[in-house]
Amino acid sequence: MNCGVVVFPGSNCDHDCFHILKHVFKLHTEWIWHKGDMDLSRFDLVVLPGGYSYGDYLRPGAIAQFSTVMKEVVRFAESGGRVLGICNGFQVLVEAKLLPGALIQNNTQKFICKTVPVRVENTSTSFTGECADESVLNIPIAHHQGSYFIDPDGLSQLEENRQVLFRYCGPAGEVTDEFNPNGSVGNIAGIINKGGNVMGLMPHPERCADPAWSNLDGQLIFKSIINSLQSGVSA
Amino acid sequence: MIIRPEMLAKIHITFKNGVLDPQGKAVHHALKDLGYNEVSEIQMGKYLEVRLEGVSRQEAEPRVKEMCEKLFANTVIESYRFTLDSVE
Repeated sequence: MNCGVVVFPGSNCDHDCFHILKHVFKLHTEWIWHKGDMDLSRFDLVVLPGGYSYGDYLRPGAIAQFSTVMKEVVRFAESGGRVLGICNGFQVLVEAKLLPGALIQNNTQKFICKTVPVRVENTSTSFTGECADESVLNIPIAHHQGSYFIDPDGLSQLEENRQVLFRYCGPAGEVTDEFNPNGSVGNIAGIINKGGNVMGLMPHPERCADPAWSNLDGQLIFKSIINSLQSGVSA
Repeated sequence: MIIRPEMLAKIHITFKNGVLDPQGKAVHHALKDLGYNEVSEIQMGKYLEVRLEGVSRQEAEPRVKEMCEKLFANTVIESYRFTLDSVE
């Protein structure tokens, strides 16, 4: 299984993602430089990591969406390749229209950096197959512009197609305003595209996936992706 | 001497109705504290000035619209409007 981690100027979670894939899960992993127009078809998984690509100028992901590598990422995604966007990677995916909606400033007006519970909403995807139904994962968030927005029509489509994969919740899985850290519509923390091969989420699973740490909840997401690819189940 | 026409686009980008604008809200609160009770709403946004060389107003208009749609605004959450002036 071949993994690629995209590096934009300003990516800062790229090494964490690379470390988890290569050293924890022992997968062949390569860097993908943003200026390259390399053919991505040999990869099984492409990760867009967190950070501040292009300084978040204009809007997070606004400039990254037009980088050379993103043309290839779009082609890769359209041909069914698995794409995982974490935090800024999620913002790039919505700007590139590979995922619906947008990410706007947290309603708290603050940068939030803390571990939060998220409820797994759909376990029949290739990104969540290893999670138990309605289980609660504790995953760190670290963002200023992570409030998910989508208009009411878009939201009902997301719900109808079961594209919402993660929602911010309380410790026992309560999805309420009280446990919505940033004002996201429907407490949405992560979504998948209609095709089931592109997933974006604001929480950082790569920050809780190394056995050196006590919290390994993020491993479930990586294990889900690996197992679905190794068992040959298409997205 | 060939005079190349130059146009100046002044572009305003604001959140669409229904999108939470926490900065605008915070500024509104501050204004209320200062006693400006007649203020009913504040929309914070972005302002860009774009100089275009060698194009007429007719040519500039669709180009600037395209720039707004493609890059300057995310039309999922933002709307834009602009004016075009010729620069002497």
